[in-house]
Amino acid sequence: MSGGEQQVLDRIERARRRKPVVREELITLAHGSGGKATQTLVEAVFLEAFRNPLLATLDDGATLPLGSARAAFTTDSYVVSPLFFPGGDIGDLAVNGTVNDLAMCGARPRYLSAGFILEEGFPVADLRRVVASMAAAATAAGVEIVTGDTKVVQRGRADGCYITTTGVGVIERPGTLSASAARPGDAVLVSGPIGAHGAAIMLARGDFGIEAPITSDTAPLHDVVAGLLDALPGQVRTLRDATRGGVATVLNEVAVASGVSVVLEEAAIPVRTEVTGVCELLGLDPLYVACEGRFVAVVDGAHAQSALDALRAHPLGAEAAIIGAVAAEPEALVLLRTAIGGTRVVEILVGDPLPRIC
Amino acid sequence: MRFVDEYRDAGRARALAAGIAARCRPGRRYAFMEVCGGHTHTIYKHGLEDHLPEEVSLVHGPGCPVCVIPMGRVDDAIHIASQPDVIMTSFGDLLRVPGGTGSFLDAKAAGADIRMVYSPLDALKIAKQNPDRRVVFMAIGFETTAPSTAMTVLRAAAEGVRNFSVFCNHVMIIPAIKAILDSPDLRLDGFIGPGHVSAVIGCEPYAFIARDYGKPLVVAGFEPLDILASVHMLLGQLAEDRCEVENQYARVVPWHGNPVAMEAIGRVMRLRPHFEWRGLGFIAHSALAMAEEYAAFDAERVFDLPGVRVADPRSCQCGEVLKGVLKPWECKVFGTACTPETPIGTCMVSSEGACAAYYNFGRFTRDRRPAVIPLGEVSRA
Ligand code: SF4
Repeated sequence: MSGGEQQVLDRIERARRRKPVVREELITLAHGSGGKATQTLVEAVFLEAFRNPLLATLDDGATLPLGSARAAFTTDSYVVSPLFFPGGDIGDLAVNGTVNDLAMCGARPRYLSAGFILEEGFPVADLRRVVASMAAAATAAGVEIVTGDTKVVQRGRADGCYITTTGVGVIERPGTLSASAARPGDAVLVSGPIGAHGAAIMLARGDFGIEAPITSDTAPLHDVVAGLLDALPGQVRTLRDATRGGVATVLNEVAVASGVSVVLEEAAIPVRTEVTGVCELLGLDPLYVACEGRFVAVVDGAHAQSALDALRAHPLGAEAAIIGAVAAEPEALVLLRTAIGGTRVVEILVGDPLPRIC
Repeated sequence: MRFVDEYRDAGRARALAAGIAARCRPGRRYAFMEVCGGHTHTIYKHGLEDHLPEEVSLVHGPGCPVCVIPMGRVDDAIHIASQPDVIMTSFGDLLRVPGGTGSFLDAKAAGADIRMVYSPLDALKIAKQNPDRRVVFMAIGFETTAPSTAMTVLRAAAEGVRNFSVFCNHVMIIPAIKAILDSPDLRLDGFIGPGHVSAVIGCEPYAFIARDYGKPLVVAGFEPLDILASVHMLLGQLAEDRCEVENQYARVVPWHGNPVAMEAIGRVMRLRPHFEWRGLGFIAHSALAMAEEYAAFDAERVFDLPGVRVADPRSCQCGEVLKGVLKPWECKVFGTACTPETPIGTCMVSSEGACAAYYNFGRFTRDRRPAVIPLGEVSRA
């Protein structure tokens, strides 16, 4: 490589390491996509203002030392449209999503709060339906919704119903799971076929005139996670539920936080045929499509098979797969060995994955 | 998805790769341009370059319809979208493309009603659902998307829809290829011809490339094996001293194209005397405008346009990068004034553009790839 080229690459590298700045004057939808724009916003605005060691890890939840015990603490807001979709509704999501964030910290979820922002004119029957789903999901997950809040805003100031849930769980096992804990030689697993939730939502919006039998994968993951953690004490490094931005985004976070590369094997990644089909039609990549009941696990490579067995022992992990491995280099990148035998970089998207026209 | 898997078989890819390597003359370098952005996407998505020997390089051409839109046209479109009674409709991948003063996404954040659609017919539907709003379709793309725009306008006219218009930015592939061929320092050995465009215009319009410029062209499909097969065919022509237009994508592309689609374009649109291409400058007879007879559906006539012209900065060297004369990093503004967050030229706009790809992954090019741990080893452990 020529000296000139190296100089240019070094310059880019320096620019990459500079503190993120939000250039936009207004919030755009890209800031909510989970991609690079979201990360920049979180780091440049929120982390900058609130900085503390617990927040700085930017994991799915915070691990709080409480005397001799440890608790996991997390919060999430739900703004899905449509509110009801095949496989679930905003109520299921609001409970399962927060339960899952606690599970990803290795915690047993215990208590949830629920805040509602309702739009004037929202049908009470719909609210009852959402709340019934929340109650059922909470029972299924073994958590109680113990406090809450309700606000109503004028018609047009919200889209029907928004829910925020906050959760607390107990961490009973030693050790800390973190996106920064992956090491070369580790194995990467996914708990089941990816992309079903995002695909179901896109179809349910009805913009495409496509119909396919796809239902959301929303489910509470704490049980299957507990099975994995019990089978591999001390050998699980990272758990992330692959929500917004999908598996690709989550693994990029791991690669960056741990300073490693993640190498995926395309042929090993489980995706249902219908989901692949819808993604092909819409020009999207399933790796970036959201899941609400799937997680990625990074475990000690020597125990990959036992991890797989542990996941498959649970109905929610029946189709789990080993999809890749962690390597030392190239740092902070996710690579994909494609089915056809090439290699490509799985990048961090700037904003939402936008469909291609041709 | 059988129809897809058939063209993504690793064994057949390896066989083709061996055939490609066998056809390369040792020591000789071959540069082929894939004209179409769809091909660039396939090459990138499947990591196809790994199957090519060192002697063969692919140059990404100007065929990404989103990237060649000049900034001024985006600004004009945002001007239209910002009228209070307007609903602007656009394909998704245009939403993030910056004009001189921001993108559709920024305009949306500032209050414009901009909606993503999958086809111009969706835009027409929105117009019918909102009779008190003026609905504009931001039409972009090559001959691939122009027929559906034309047919939508014909339908709107037949149904007497009065609140629908098209901001026409359709461009044509042949003048762009010609502009590249006319460059004195061209360093290309052949072309991978666009598949979808050719399904409309057919293969005959490319004849001059082989005849007058002595460069072979193979019209190719969009699956990874299609592209490897067309590289193989191009090398075959060079090895046998042939120079012709060949059709690798005959399963979709008829030699004479699609006369019905061409007729629809001919009825609704006319050639512009010239049109600006981001990074390439003005190219004569390279784009389409709405025809006089359909003035009522022409957003350029319906709205008072500022006609913004944002000159490409003089330092922009996209033309040279597109022609394969310069490597991205050799452009004067690469990585300083021109970055993926603040793109100046077309090659930096989409993540598949040559400059953006190099900016993001240059530190990880073919010759700098690490050995990859085979997954089998991990799962066996
Ligand atoms: S760096 Fe920017 S201006 Fe220079 S060639 Fe690339 S895209 Fe064009």
